[in-house]
Amino acid sequence: MEGARVLMLEAGRNYTPATETPMMQVNSQGPLRGSGTPEKPFGFWDATIDGGWQVPGEPYSSASDDPARQFVWWRARMLGGRTNHWGRISLRNGPYDFKPHSRDGLGFDWPMSYEDLAPYYDKVEMLIGVYGENDDMENTPNSPAGVLLPAPKPLVSDLYFKKHAAKLGVPAIAGHRAVLTTQLDHTRLPKLLHPGNAKAQKILAADMQKRAACFFATPCGRGCSIRANYQSTTVHLPPALDTGNLDIVTDAMVRAITKRADGSAEGVVYIDRKTGAEHRVKARIVVLAASALESVRIMLNSGVANSSGKVGKYIMDTVGAGFGGQVPVLENMPLHNEDGVDGLHLYTPWWLYKEQLAGKLGFARGYHIEFGGGRDMPNMGTAMGLEWLNGGNYGKKFKEDARRYYGSFFYMSGRGEMIPNDDCYAEIDPNLKDKFGIPVLRFHWKWSPHEIGQAAHMEKTFKDVLDAMGGRYSRQPQSGEKAIKQGGIIIHEVGGAMMGNDPTKSVTNSYGQCWDMKNLFITDGATLCSNADKNPTLTIMALAWRASDHMLNLMKRKEL
Amino acid sequence: MDRRTSIKWMMAVAAAMQSLQLQAGDAAARDVSASQAGYGSDPNLMKEWHPGGPWPLTLSENARLTTAALCDLIIPADDMSPAASAVGVVDFIDEWVSAPYPQQRADREVILPGLIWIEAEALKRFGKAFPAVSDAQRAAIADDICAPAKATAEFASAAKFFAKFRDLTAGGFYTTPVGMKDIGYTGNVPHTKFEGPPLEALKKAGLA
Repeated sequence: MEGARVLMLEAGRNYTPATETPMMQVNSQGPLRGSGTPEKPFGFWDATIDGGWQVPGEPYSSASDDPARQFVWWRARMLGGRTNHWGRISLRNGPYDFKPHSRDGLGFDWPMSYEDLAPYYDKVEMLIGVYGENDDMENTPNSPAGVLLPAPKPLVSDLYFKKHAAKLGVPAIAGHRAVLTTQLDHTRLPKLLHPGNAKAQKILAADMQKRAACFFATPCGRGCSIRANYQSTTVHLPPALDTGNLDIVTDAMVRAITKRADGSAEGVVYIDRKTGAEHRVKARIVVLAASALESVRIMLNSGVANSSGKVGKYIMDTVGAGFGGQVPVLENMPLHNEDGVDGLHLYTPWWLYKEQLAGKLGFARGYHIEFGGGRDMPNMGTAMGLEWLNGGNYGKKFKEDARRYYGSFFYMSGRGEMIPNDDCYAEIDPNLKDKFGIPVLRFHWKWSPHEIGQAAHMEKTFKDVLDAMGGRYSRQPQSGEKAIKQGGIIIHEVGGAMMGNDPTKSVTNSYGQCWDMKNLFITDGATLCSNADKNPTLTIMALAWRASDHMLNLMKRKEL
Repeated sequence: MDRRTSIKWMMAVAAAMQSLQLQAGDAAARDVSASQAGYGSDPNLMKEWHPGGPWPLTLSENARLTTAALCDLIIPADDMSPAASAVGVVDFIDEWVSAPYPQQRADREVILPGLIWIEAEALKRFGKAFPAVSDAQRAAIADDICAPAKATAEFASAAKFFAKFRDLTAGGFYTTPVGMKDIGYTGNVPHTKFEGPPLEALKKAGLA
């Protein structure tokens, strides 16, 4: 959009949301009533192509046989990658999240502050469209006026949670998700996003008008053919292609970065997924945005930018645990449509900063709660396993019970910060290669007591909230060890090429520019120094925009 | 069913009865192939999919009759909607137990012996195939196995089967347009605005 000529290499196939999105299909129209399978882990209609925790022909390995020490790696092989299927939850990191070591002595500070990134959070929110409200909560930043879109009205179950969780001091505020609850303001925003660039403004204004507002039906994870939510294939790529400055090559599996004689990056070698042929491309700047761990893999296989020895180190996921039950007051509700925006009308930001800093909790970092109930589109879980409520029956009584209990279930998922540790890293497996002959990653993983303690706190808190809601549950809260999801399951893996101020202890500077290779940049999650409870996508995009501005400045100054 | 298959089915059932082994017999289904492929990691999401499309259905004709009788016992017709078999649930269960994925293969190991068992039980108690016995006779069997926590040791395996079969029947039924209407799902309809909950819903939850 700012004039640079860009060649994008995508490891997966081309993908066209306008013609490939199953917008209104119901589950009985798909195999197995749309249930998830190893080939489509998030359900048949999910947007993911050639992806999941296992990709055929593209293995990875674990250093340990113990499942608790194993990391599972989600990938998607399609244009736009996992932005096509993600949850669209868009939360800003707060000021504490950039200086965690200064605050509690653990982990690493970022080489930047919240104020450095805030203007880019503003720009990303204005470009992609994020609904939400400003609630003045601790370490939960407001956005400037005119940036956020209106939040959708809460569901009955949201309001019921809010009323009763408040008794325990657990707050509930508007969620923030990348869904257009109204159309973007094409007259105002392009000028703010590309000041002084008439061509970019014109292209963006035209494209914003082609994005429809949400029509409050069909799940976001299928992708959105009307372009009402954010996925890079419907938001970033169309206007970029309209500039004429972007070329995209799909089915291009990058094997390694090539070097010039002076040690700078020359370009990359990639393998055509369809023909197996090897191709080389050259560039003034090479940008890795292959997803955090795929970028790490490319760097390790290339043997570049690793004088610090930190490439592959400090990989993180999000701490996840969940607990749910059934809430009698929500039974037999008057019929009404609760599709809404498909999630997170309200959520709970971390609310115990002061207690935690005072050492009262026994673990160091916080979590937010993604909660929800409601009358979702029926799936294979609908009316499943009602025995714990009705003992088990059949016939007309069963049909009555199915109606009675439908929409009365309520679930809380904790999403918490993991502190980077020395036991979580990726390296090249010396023995294993993928179907292209490219060496694969081997993972090492271990949760620390902070994450385990946090997961136990989630379970206990969620049970207490359900009690306050008059809810019933079929099991008691578990220990943290049992409750915590396996590393990689939440699919928020970041780190592995951390940014910093010291070239001996980090891989890149705050712009994702590699210390050892000035024309190699990383703009995915690999550079994150911490993994706050806030879902990382918004932060990754803000960092990428900031890095891009820096690249353009260096190019203009002929420093690159 | 023709007489020949009928006799084969009854012999399998009688054998199962004698050995009291809950083993899937040839009579309940054709074998599934260990090399059967699924729909792949890039299936066409825009085409019409039907049971039998992505992989062959395998239940025998008799097992499908038993399946129909059993799913209509669980979800019979009432004032709100028709019985489960009227909206394709038998095809769906056949698709499910014939699928090549680990979860479905595991469920097959519960469902096929269960179908044999319930035939054997009908034969033992009433001297007829399960689809041929009266509603009251079917209910007599179901009453012994529908509540896992209350089932006696003798019926423990059958209760496990029944719970799994009920889950499949319910999922198969409530995901259809007819089932969604019955259970009270009113979404999947485009709107220009999201109005939030109606006042009567808020009142019911003590929120207005």
